[in-house]
Amino acid sequence: MTTPLLEIHNVTMRFGGIVANRNVSFSVERGAVTALIGPNGAGKTTMFNCITGFYRASEGEIVLNGRDGPLDIGTLITKPVTGGSHLVTRAGIARTFQNIRLFKDMSVVENLLVAQHLVTANNLLSGVFRTPSFHRAEREAVDRAYHWLREMNLADDANRLAGELPYGRQRRLEIARAMCTGPTLICLDEPAAGLNPSETRELSEVIQRLCTEHDQSVLVIEHDMALVMRISQHIVVLDHGEVISDGTPEHVANDPAVVAAYLGVSEEEVEA
Amino acid sequence: MQTNRLLPLFKQALLTFTVSLILFGPISGLVLEGFSFRNELTRAVVLAAIVTAGRVAISLVQMTSLGQALTRRMADSGVGVTVMTGTEKSPVLILALLFVAGLSLPFFADKYFLGIAILALIYCLLGLGLNIVVGLAGLLDLGFVAFYAVGAYLLALGSQYLGLGFWGALIIAPLLAGLFGMVLAFPVLKMHGDYLAIVTLGFGEIIRLVLNNWLDFTGGPNGAPVPAPTVFGLEFTRTAKQGGVSIHDYLGIPYSADYKFWFIYLVLFLVVCLVIYAVERLRVMPLGRMWEALREDEIACRSLGVNHVFTKLTAFMLGASTGGLAGVFFAVHQGFVNPTSFTFFESALILAIVVLGGLGSTVGVIAAALVLTILPELLRDFAEYRVLIFGVLMVVMMIWKPRGLVRIKRPAFFPSTTTDAGPLPLTAKAEVA
Amino acid sequence: MDVYILLQQLFNGITLGTIYGLIAVGYTMVYGVIRMINFAHGDVYMVSAYIAAITLAVLTFFGIQSAPFALISVLVITCAVTAVYGWAIERVAYRPLRGSTKLAPLISAIGISLMLQSYVQISQGARDQGVPTLISGAFRFGDGVHFAQITYMQTVILFASLIAMGILTYVINYTRIGRECRATQQNIRMSAVLGVNTDRIISTVFVIGAATAAVGGVLVTFNYGSFNFFIGFVMGIKAFTAAVLGGIGSLPGAVLGGILLGLTEALFAGYVSTDYKDVFAFALLITLLFFRPYGLLGRPEIQKV
Repeated sequence: MTTPLLEIHNVTMRFGGIVANRNVSFSVERGAVTALIGPNGAGKTTMFNCITGFYRASEGEIVLNGRDGPLDIGTLITKPVTGGSHLVTRAGIARTFQNIRLFKDMSVVENLLVAQHLVTANNLLSGVFRTPSFHRAEREAVDRAYHWLREMNLADDANRLAGELPYGRQRRLEIARAMCTGPTLICLDEPAAGLNPSETRELSEVIQRLCTEHDQSVLVIEHDMALVMRISQHIVVLDHGEVISDGTPEHVANDPAVVAAYLGVSEEEVEA
Repeated sequence: MQTNRLLPLFKQALLTFTVSLILFGPISGLVLEGFSFRNELTRAVVLAAIVTAGRVAISLVQMTSLGQALTRRMADSGVGVTVMTGTEKSPVLILALLFVAGLSLPFFADKYFLGIAILALIYCLLGLGLNIVVGLAGLLDLGFVAFYAVGAYLLALGSQYLGLGFWGALIIAPLLAGLFGMVLAFPVLKMHGDYLAIVTLGFGEIIRLVLNNWLDFTGGPNGAPVPAPTVFGLEFTRTAKQGGVSIHDYLGIPYSADYKFWFIYLVLFLVVCLVIYAVERLRVMPLGRMWEALREDEIACRSLGVNHVFTKLTAFMLGASTGGLAGVFFAVHQGFVNPTSFTFFESALILAIVVLGGLGSTVGVIAAALVLTILPELLRDFAEYRVLIFGVLMVVMMIWKPRGLVRIKRPAFFPSTTTDAGPLPLTAKAEVA
Repeated sequence: MDVYILLQQLFNGITLGTIYGLIAVGYTMVYGVIRMINFAHGDVYMVSAYIAAITLAVLTFFGIQSAPFALISVLVITCAVTAVYGWAIERVAYRPLRGSTKLAPLISAIGISLMLQSYVQISQGARDQGVPTLISGAFRFGDGVHFAQITYMQTVILFASLIAMGILTYVINYTRIGRECRATQQNIRMSAVLGVNTDRIISTVFVIGAATAAVGGVLVTFNYGSFNFFIGFVMGIKAFTAAVLGGIGSLPGAVLGGILLGLTEALFAGYVSTDYKDVFAFALLITLLFFRPYGLLGRPEIQKV
């Protein structure tokens, strides 16, 4: 198991004439937290969208060494007729969103059930006629939903509307929902954005627990440097669409290129 | 203080009055008669005055504290969605009573009322079908009538060319309508929702135009006859065809033309009950949940591995199938079909049913279907204003209560064990992936 | 001579096409700014046809006989009144629903469409209405037996459309309000932050769309002479097809799409079947959305995540 979980080779992403990412290469290791950082407009989210299959990279390849051997993300999403970003999730990459995207008018449990519909018996007739196998599948799905709700300290909110939850809980619910797809890699897009310090602390514990207790590989984009330094084992720094530094938190923190990139944008983030 | 408040109000009233006068003046005030016109300007002024008065009244109500409290309460209940607590009483008794009442209706109702009841049930069916598409999956289908027409013409033309009977049509119609739905929707479902709306609008019109223009096959504007239904090979005619047996002879009872309608009503009622059951089941099934999730947020769905195109397609096809089913009943009830039954206004009526019912609520849709079909029968004098009222209704509902008048309840879920047994292995996962 | 029939169909197609283009402008501009199809747009066109006929009747009543003067005053008055309709529609059916679900404005617009149709039907009757021929005569090409003709009215249509498009292009490209429209089209949030009154821009777009549709309405009415309360439905879908054909959101695209649709439709009607010419247009729309949803001049939209 020495191959990294996710390998990104020379990815370039263009929108018309604008180059959002140029020749980006890095890898994500198993069972660790990898952070993707960089100043605003560095191309982090674009990279993220390429990895999670929402964009097709213009050049280069992104290979997931998951359950079923190496898989190229690009070929998954361009598959004729059935292709699309949903196949990427099925291959084992789950994600959350910078601006939370929950099913607001559905209950918290239902949000998690939707995430498991690859597992639950998805057969029209078995559901209409309430076969035992359908019941069993539903029960297991509900139990799994509750499991992740407890992990995220959300069990008390199970039967509330997702849209009613406070912001911090919505963030954690989104992570729980992504975990319900049974991912090999979970990608978190600025999970701490908009959270207060205590919520951020709770979040960092949750992420660390994912990593240590569940051996979950995590890729995270984050602006909160304190959080990044605390939780991650591996940091990749992007600036102007290119990788400028790649290594352990200590290595990156002392890399002059990183300091220079950040000083140009925002001082407090470097201090943090 | 008073003048401070009244001045803007006066300005607003003046603006509303001027604008509505411009809007109503030419169309209501000057009626075309050949190349000349008839002066009806007082009508326009009255209309403008009514609109202005309404606008001022709303503003005045909003100024008072009571009015403000009212608007706030309306805004609060605007969400209209709650999660059940899991301790609600099961409504089985009420449902059973309703079922029995529905079944026994033919024994009490006269022929005229039974006719209305059949029509109302057909619209229930149409409403339930469109509700899957619009209410649950959030896809706007403006040509739903096309699938209704497919079902109706399947029976009419099928019997004419292939000897297809009522029962055969009942089975084939949903499949054929679903197939039409698939062919139509598949190319469009990947795109922005509005495109689907306009494509379905166009498709509804294509079907009508083809039915109207293909004289040799469909009979064109003259329509096509539909044979009466049979039950176990028994006919509902006074004297059976060569070699056939009519039902009153078989049962040894006197002939009545009502038997046919009794039969249609009963089968239709059972089908509606079946569809209601299926829709209610779907809502707590993975597929139904995915539809609703897609309505809420398509991108999030994709991030969870939901194939949004296929999932939408299933909703569209199941909706279309239900429409096809309704078409068969319409055809057999009328005994005759022609293209005028399948205009855009019919689609609009079905949409009005779903909107009034609250986009997603089964109870709401049934109630709305009953109200919107029975009311016009009772208020014949206002028949002219029917479409106008539908239009007003859609706008008002969207502004005031987009989730309908019936509060939508979401099911509650509880774990099978109170203690956490640890992460369950995702065994089925490997098979799927 | 077949050439003349072909030529005639081409002339007819181009005239029809410019009208489609004029009405498509309303779809394309509204879509550009609020990313929504204005389903009531076809009926705005229908209302404008009635207003044109009524205005002409009133002018005749006051004894105005001069065709050019009548035509121009009808055009101006109809545009003005129809523009108010556009404004009111936005105010009633769209503004209160900003920030609502995606579905809500679509349904309320359908509601407005039904209201307009039904309102006109109740007020003016369901029968077909007509206007007298204002301008008759034609330019003819060919000999006495085989010929193609462009009626003077068709020439007027071409010129009037050209002028309307010219004014529109000027407004969009060179005035402050046009600049604000373009900015809002690019990014509505950013424009609001930069001090553009986006509510007013959205109103403006509806007003411009309605006024251009009114130009189309007047011209069609005077060209064909007859109309009823239901003409907005088919015209609406066709103009939308034109907008999609050219690339929705693009003004030159709307005109190009309109002319292309007009031409192909006229050729289809001339050589294949008139009964199915509407079916042809709708089928074209469906095929188009399948193969090139962003049209000829449009650009594929990048979905923001």
